[in-house]
Amino acid sequence: MGEDDTSPLIALRDVSRVYGEGEAEVRALDGVDLTIGEGEFIAIMGPSGSGKSTAMNIIGCLDRPTGGSYLFHDVEVGGLDRDQRAILRREYLGFVFQGFNLLPRSTALENVELPLIYKGVPPAERAARARSALEKVGLAGREHHQPSQLSGGQQQRVAIARAIVDNPMVLLADEPTGNLDTHRSREIMELLSALNRDDGITIIMVTHEEEMAEYAHRIVLFVDGRVQSADFQPAAREG
Amino acid sequence: MLWETVRLALLAITRNALRSFLTVLGVVIGVAAVIAMVTIGQGSSEQVTSDVESLGSDVLMLRPGGGFGGPGASEEAANFTLRDAEALGGLSVLSAVAPVVSSMETVVYGNANASTTVTGTTSDYLDVGNWTVLRGRGFTEAEESAGAAVCILGESLRQELFGNADPTGETIRIDTVSCLVIGYLEAKGAGMMGQDQDDLILMPIRAVQRRLVGSADVASFQLALTPGVSADRGTREIEALMRERRRISVDEADDFRVMDMAQIASMLTSVNAVLTGLLSAVAAVSLLVGGIGIMNIMLVSVTERTREIGIRLAIGATARQVLTQFLVEAIVLSVLGGVIGILTGFGIAFVAAQLMAIPFSPSVEVVLLAFLFSGLVGVVFGYFPARRAARLDPIEALRHQ
Repeated sequence: MGEDDTSPLIALRDVSRVYGEGEAEVRALDGVDLTIGEGEFIAIMGPSGSGKSTAMNIIGCLDRPTGGSYLFHDVEVGGLDRDQRAILRREYLGFVFQGFNLLPRSTALENVELPLIYKGVPPAERAARARSALEKVGLAGREHHQPSQLSGGQQQRVAIARAIVDNPMVLLADEPTGNLDTHRSREIMELLSALNRDDGITIIMVTHEEEMAEYAHRIVLFVDGRVQSADFQPAAREG
Repeated sequence: MLWETVRLALLAITRNALRSFLTVLGVVIGVAAVIAMVTIGQGSSEQVTSDVESLGSDVLMLRPGGGFGGPGASEEAANFTLRDAEALGGLSVLSAVAPVVSSMETVVYGNANASTTVTGTTSDYLDVGNWTVLRGRGFTEAEESAGAAVCILGESLRQELFGNADPTGETIRIDTVSCLVIGYLEAKGAGMMGQDQDDLILMPIRAVQRRLVGSADVASFQLALTPGVSADRGTREIEALMRERRRISVDEADDFRVMDMAQIASMLTSVNAVLTGLLSAVAAVSLLVGGIGIMNIMLVSVTERTREIGIRLAIGATARQVLTQFLVEAIVLSVLGGVIGILTGFGIAFVAAQLMAIPFSPSVEVVLLAFLFSGLVGVVFGYFPARRAARLDPIEALRHQ
C-alpha cells in the first residue's frame, strides 16, 4: 500500500487556514505538510484547538485552504468552486461523523440511498446497492428501521454504510467512536479496519482515544495548527 | 430526478401535515375566494342574460329624468300621465303599452298579511312581461277605465296569503281598500338581481292612482315593440313623440329616458363585473398574504433543517440540488393549497348558486389560472428560503444543533 513511485492520493503543502482578519486573525492551520497514500489508515490526533478538525474539513473538501496547496488525486482543491467540491465529495469521499448525522425520520435504507439519489442512480439499483452496503456493516434486516429505533453503534454502522455505498476512495471519520462505549467503539473500529483491509478504502480518522488510534497504520499528531509528527507508529495490537 | 424530488417534497409535507395545512391556508382561502367569486359572477351574468332573453329583446322601458335616474334625477322632470299612454298607444312601432305606478302596501287576508309592491297598470302589462294568468282572468276594459278594486296576485303572494287554496273570488284588504281577487299569475322565479318576481299584486292603474297613491302621475312605461321593429327604431320614434309632447326644444336634452333590455342587462352585468373584480382583488391580496405565509414557514423549515442540509451538502448534494429540493417543496405546498382552494371555491360557488337560484358555471380557464397562480406563489415565495438553504456552509450547517 502507498507505493512511493506514484503520486500520493492526498498531498498538503504548506497549507494554512486563517479565520478573521487583523487583530481577530486566527491561524487554525499554519503551514501543514501532509502526504497520505492510497490504502492507508491514518489517525489524526491532537489536543482540542490544534487544527485537526480544520485539517479534516480541508481534506474532506468541505473547506478550502487560505494558503498553500492541497492536491487530491492531482487536482488542486483550492481552485474548485462549491459545486465542484460537492461533486468531488460525491465521487470520491465518504463521511462518518461523531454525531452519526442520519436523517431522523428516514429509514436506514433511505439514509444509505441518499448519496446515490444525488448521483442520479435509478431507484431499483439504488435500493440494491444500499441493501448490500447495510449487509456489509452487519445491519441486514434493519433496512426499514428509523435511526431512533437503532442503538448508537447501529446508527454509526448506518452512517458507515452511507459513506461506503458509492465505493469511495477515501473515508473520512471525525471522532467516529466519540459517542459510543468501549465495546461498541471496538466493533466500529474492527469494521473500519476491515473496510481498509478488504476493500482498499483509504481511511482518515480524527480521534482523541489512544486505543482507537491503535487501529491505524500511523498517527499524525497536530499541535498548534502544525503537524508535529506525521508517522508516529501506534503500539502493536494484540491478536 | 424531478419526480423523485416531488416525492421527497410530498414526504416532507405530509410528515408535518397540520403545519403544512396551516401554512397553505392563506393560499387555500385566496384561491377559493377567486374561484368562488368568478364562478358566482359568471353564473349571475348568465342568469341576467337568460332573463333578458326570456323577457325578449323587444321590451323597452320609458322613465322620466335623464341618465339612469339617480337620486333627484326625476324630480325636475314632469311625470307622465295616462294621456301619454294613449299617445304611445298610437305608435305603430309598439304592440303593447303598459303604464306603471307602484306603491308599497300592506295586504291582509284573514289572519295572514304581507307587505308588497302593488303595481297599477293595464292588461298590456301581462303581454309586455310575458305573464300568464294561471287561473281567473285579466282586467276588463270597464274595470280599467273605472279603476275598479280588483287585483291579480303573483304566486309568492298567493302562497303567503292563501297557501294552496284558490284565491279567486276572495276579497283582500290593501291598505284600507277592499279588493276582489280575480286571478293569479304563473310563477316566474328569481329575477335579474335575485329578487322574487312573483311577489306582486296587479291592479288597474286608475285604482292605484285614485285609491292608494292619490295622484294621476304615471311613474314609468313598459313597452313591447311590434314584431320586426328594431329597438333602435322604436327608441327613436318614442323619443321623437315624447320630445314633442313634453315640448323639448331642439337644443335641450331629453328629460326622459328610453332603455331597452339589452342596455339594462349590460348595466346589470357591468355592476356584476365591478363587484367580481373588487372581490377578486381582495382575493388576490389574500393570495399574496398566503405566499408570505409560505415563505415564512419555509424559512423556519430551512433553519430547523440546517443540520439535514449540512448532511446533504457533505455527502455530495450540489447547491442547485438543495435549492431545487426546497423550491419544489414550496411549489408542491402551494399547488396543493391551490388544489384544495379550487375544490373549496367550487363547493362554495355550487352552494351559492343553489341558494341564489343562478346557474353553476365552472370555467376551465379560471381553474388553470388559479393553478398557475398558486404555483407562481410557490416559486416567488419559495425561492428566497431555498436560496438561503443552498448557500449554507456545510461545516457550519453540520455544527448546527
